[in-house]
Amino acid sequence: MTPTRTLAVALRVLQQVRRDPRTLAMLVVIPCALMALLWWMFREVPSPSPFDRTGPALLAIFPFVVMFLITSVTTLRERASGTLERLLAMPLGKLDFLLGYGLAFGLLAAVQSGAAVGVSVGLLGMEVHGSVGVLLVVAVADAVLGTALGLFVSAFANTEFQAVQFMPALVVPQILLCGLFVPRDQLPGVLHAISEVLPLSYAVDAMQHLTVGSADSAVAQDLLVVLGYAVALLILGAATLRRRTP
Amino acid sequence: MTIEIAGLVVRRGGRAVLDGLGLDVGPGVTGLLGPSGCGKSTLLRAIVGVQRIHGGTVTVLGEPAGSAALRRRIGYVTQAASVYDDLTLAENLRFFARVLGVAPEETSRVIEAVDLGAQRHHVVGRMSGGERSRASLAVALLGRPDVLVLDEPTVGLDPVLRRDLWALFHRLADDGAIVLVSSHVMDEADRCDQLLLMREGAIIAADTPDAIKQHAGTADIESAFLTLVES
Repeated sequence: MTPTRTLAVALRVLQQVRRDPRTLAMLVVIPCALMALLWWMFREVPSPSPFDRTGPALLAIFPFVVMFLITSVTTLRERASGTLERLLAMPLGKLDFLLGYGLAFGLLAAVQSGAAVGVSVGLLGMEVHGSVGVLLVVAVADAVLGTALGLFVSAFANTEFQAVQFMPALVVPQILLCGLFVPRDQLPGVLHAISEVLPLSYAVDAMQHLTVGSADSAVAQDLLVVLGYAVALLILGAATLRRRTP
Repeated sequence: MTIEIAGLVVRRGGRAVLDGLGLDVGPGVTGLLGPSGCGKSTLLRAIVGVQRIHGGTVTVLGEPAGSAALRRRIGYVTQAASVYDDLTLAENLRFFARVLGVAPEETSRVIEAVDLGAQRHHVVGRMSGGERSRASLAVALLGRPDVLVLDEPTVGLDPVLRRDLWALFHRLADDGAIVLVSSHVMDEADRCDQLLLMREGAIIAADTPDAIKQHAGTADIESAFLTLVES
């Protein structure tokens, strides 16, 4: 692994995204619009408004889901077009490839989450008792987690249609069990145990700790779990990148 | 400066695509000719070191194919133009130059070599098929590799361009490179210094074009191929 090559991959991915301004605009505008929709939905519900509970969870879910989808489709395209084979025949480390993607999409996620957090806190009055900066860090970690999962599953898909099917298979259950619908400690025993091993649960926990102003150590612990999953998935992803193929 | 292959076996789906193939390739322009589906691409992939093999040895410049030391010494062009469609030619080359660790000035040299100077800032996805395959070739030329493995680089190109590209291959070979070019078009045979005729996963002849024709007693390579197959 060499920093110049990792940066080269990240820069190239960002250049590709820049060529597609519509995707870039949707990436930033849609999460903001959805946060506004959520705020509007709960507007006439008597306080305490559920917006303060569900809003932070959504701020964790957006970057995870969006980066998962974008990454699995882009990597699949890279496998299909032959550019991945060409890169792996060059002196490029597998981790350069994976971290380059992680870096580029992490940066995009920072922009996306910056806008969504700005709208939620600044315009929609979402209460954040912890640091808004740390909130952003958690959002970027979620995005890197989504990227890592997308890189990993793209190895098991042969078409873009198959890659998209991994979304209901691997992402939706995490959204259902992360505490957004039912607080995790009220889930039936088995489901609670499952939710304990799903990375999105920790991402959502971190966001909720931040909004209620829990101790920093609680946030740090959740953040570490999210990052641990991201690193583990990146390593698994590296194992699926083969220089020699059948 | 050679490529040596002995007893190469590649199986796919329970069927042997290459079954104990052997050959030697030296400097100069070597043409790998054979009908589509005969295993040319598989053989080239084995030389580049991206093909999983099931037996035999492939040695390139004294190293086992696919070893890390070879990765900056081999330029490889796949049949599909392996470039990023949503980037310009210059952006593509700058990226691959960074990956290879070669000087940025190299990009201008290879753009001139494939005669795409006017298209430098065009997005590759909007180029014609011929321009895209030359863009892919330009990437392979970065860093002046000692070995060039080109899988059907002249398919679908207009005759003038084809002549120019073959001239380029010979210039590269004159500078000392091993240039291995595959084609399913037999009339490209006479442009090569050496020929490898391939059919159903085996090399059926390896010699200069003239020697192969003389040996088969025919006037052109197409007839020589038929004679070799039917004998």
